[in-house]
Amino acid sequence: MQALYAQLLVGLINGSFYALLSLGLAVIFGMLNIINFAHGALYMMGAFCAYFLLHLTGMGYWWALIIAPIAVGVFGMILERTMLQWLTGLDHLYGLLLTFGIALIVQGVFQNYFGSSGLPYAIPDYPQIGDCSPSAPQDAFCRRGLQGGINLGFMFLPVYRGWVVIFSLVVCLATWFLIEKTRLGAYLRAATENPTLVRAFGINVPRMITLTYGLGVGLAALAGVLSAPINQVRPLMGADLIIVVFAVVVIGGMGSIMGSIITGFALGVIEGLTKYFYPEASNTVVFVLMVLVLLVKPTGLTGRAA
Amino acid sequence: MSALTDDTLPVTPRAMRDEMTVFAGMAVLLGLVPLTGIYPFFVMQALCFALLACAFNLLIGYGGLLSFGHAMFLGTAGYCSAHALKVWGVSPELGILVGVAGAAALSVVTGFISIRRQGIYFSMITLALSQLLFFVYLQAPFTHGEDGIQGIPQGYLFGVFNLAKPTVLYYVVLAGFLGGFLLIYRTINSPFGEVLKSIRENEPRAISLGYKTDQYKLLAFILSGTIAGFAGSLKVFVAQNASLTDVHWTMSGEIVLMTLVGGLGTIFGPVVGAFVIIAMQQYLAGFGQWVTVIQGVIFVACVLTFRRGIIGEIAHYFRRSL
Repeated sequence: MQALYAQLLVGLINGSFYALLSLGLAVIFGMLNIINFAHGALYMMGAFCAYFLLHLTGMGYWWALIIAPIAVGVFGMILERTMLQWLTGLDHLYGLLLTFGIALIVQGVFQNYFGSSGLPYAIPDYPQIGDCSPSAPQDAFCRRGLQGGINLGFMFLPVYRGWVVIFSLVVCLATWFLIEKTRLGAYLRAATENPTLVRAFGINVPRMITLTYGLGVGLAALAGVLSAPINQVRPLMGADLIIVVFAVVVIGGMGSIMGSIITGFALGVIEGLTKYFYPEASNTVVFVLMVLVLLVKPTGLTGRAA
Repeated sequence: MSALTDDTLPVTPRAMRDEMTVFAGMAVLLGLVPLTGIYPFFVMQALCFALLACAFNLLIGYGGLLSFGHAMFLGTAGYCSAHALKVWGVSPELGILVGVAGAAALSVVTGFISIRRQGIYFSMITLALSQLLFFVYLQAPFTHGEDGIQGIPQGYLFGVFNLAKPTVLYYVVLAGFLGGFLLIYRTINSPFGEVLKSIRENEPRAISLGYKTDQYKLLAFILSGTIAGFAGSLKVFVAQNASLTDVHWTMSGEIVLMTLVGGLGTIFGPVVGAFVIIAMQQYLAGFGQWVTVIQGVIFVACVLTFRRGIIGEIAHYFRRSL
């Protein structure tokens, strides 16, 4: 049973990455009509950003959680301004091809400098709660940041993993709230429906598109920072993940923000369960599910007709 | 949404004549290669990829369907042929047949699944399906996982042609390429091809005219996958191995790149593009991983500045269909 719970937890964690990434893809697709193939590369950049911050400036995980999404988000906005912008009005397959090219460039550059093997990134041991000094008595309470674990009785929960699941869930719901419930989100959805009309109301639509791309990319980078202590920081860490996320997107459809969040988590869990019951299929189960969903409901579970 | 490929000129007798002239020139040039000092292995490899890119182009250039998983046909046919040749010990022509049949069967299944969605969804589905197959081949015992199937015997084609001789093999591969190319050319200029183009331009209108567009797209997908498989089977004789590289999705990306560089929806574009990209990989191999970066730059440059590709630009300049 222990192993089952452990796999379920791994599934939930992978699910948080799927959800964060497919959410970003959905946000970008909504505004720019582009499937952002560079999403995996930008996710990887987020992880590397955390690594650099730690090793070059000594800024730890908590800083990385804030700085990496902003830095990568700004990089994304530059990409949007200099390249993606020129594809407006063209077939959206060109967006796919352009972002694929960008992904090749980014991943290639990182591979040149860091090879293909992974770099380790430690789980943060700050903030420390209680008395953690070496001279503290044996029974003193000490909690070193997100290190260690909690015994839940039925399983041992590494604190960091629990943190990833809860934190990404909060970020996903916050994004959903921002887009579905706030005024800014209303502008955004309106601009997706009819950019010309929204523009006529005096709203700077191109700037909003740039910011949206930045937001989507920032979500990817955030997922990268979250994954850095679990998976090693590797140049190709996003390359294979992104294809699974594409399958998630096909299954869920990109009709709704909530849809991509739920599908992301659910598929992660299903993948975890497969790893427990039939490990040989764990790599392929998401794709097999995609096939089944397409056969039954071609538009995806929550999707509208494209 | 603007059309993906440049509006091609109507097929007139003059256009047909142009195209046949270029085709004859290409055939003669390629036929003369063994007389020159050019490394035949390189040209053979390029020919296999050229046929693959042409097959891919049949789908995107004339059907408007961007398949991002065409490597699966290359790899599947490669594995089937390699297994038949090495383990079953069949003759080369049967080996090719097994590979092509494998790719054809795969294209029926994947085509049936993927044409249910259009546009970028279609691309993502083909990509996911090819990744699914990648994992299957990674774990299946007959592919030998990371090692691949190696040391494949070349044998005698029809019991006569000794494929172990580079010149003989070259002409066999060339004949295979030219045959496949003509088949694609004939398809494009058939009534079927015309319907396909109309679907690319305006699918709802094609439906309203009474065409069952899904069946046309599926047929194009099967044809494209089968010819791509043929290219994969030929490649087995050239490289004498079948490995996971051929199924990985980066290979699908390279196929897209070749077609894009040469010109989407042009007849000769994919051939030129394949030669350019294979030559680049050959001569830039010393740069190691930078080749990926260079390919990425070419991708970006093509999409941003010359979407018509090399042949597309030339054809546009001379107002000819090529």
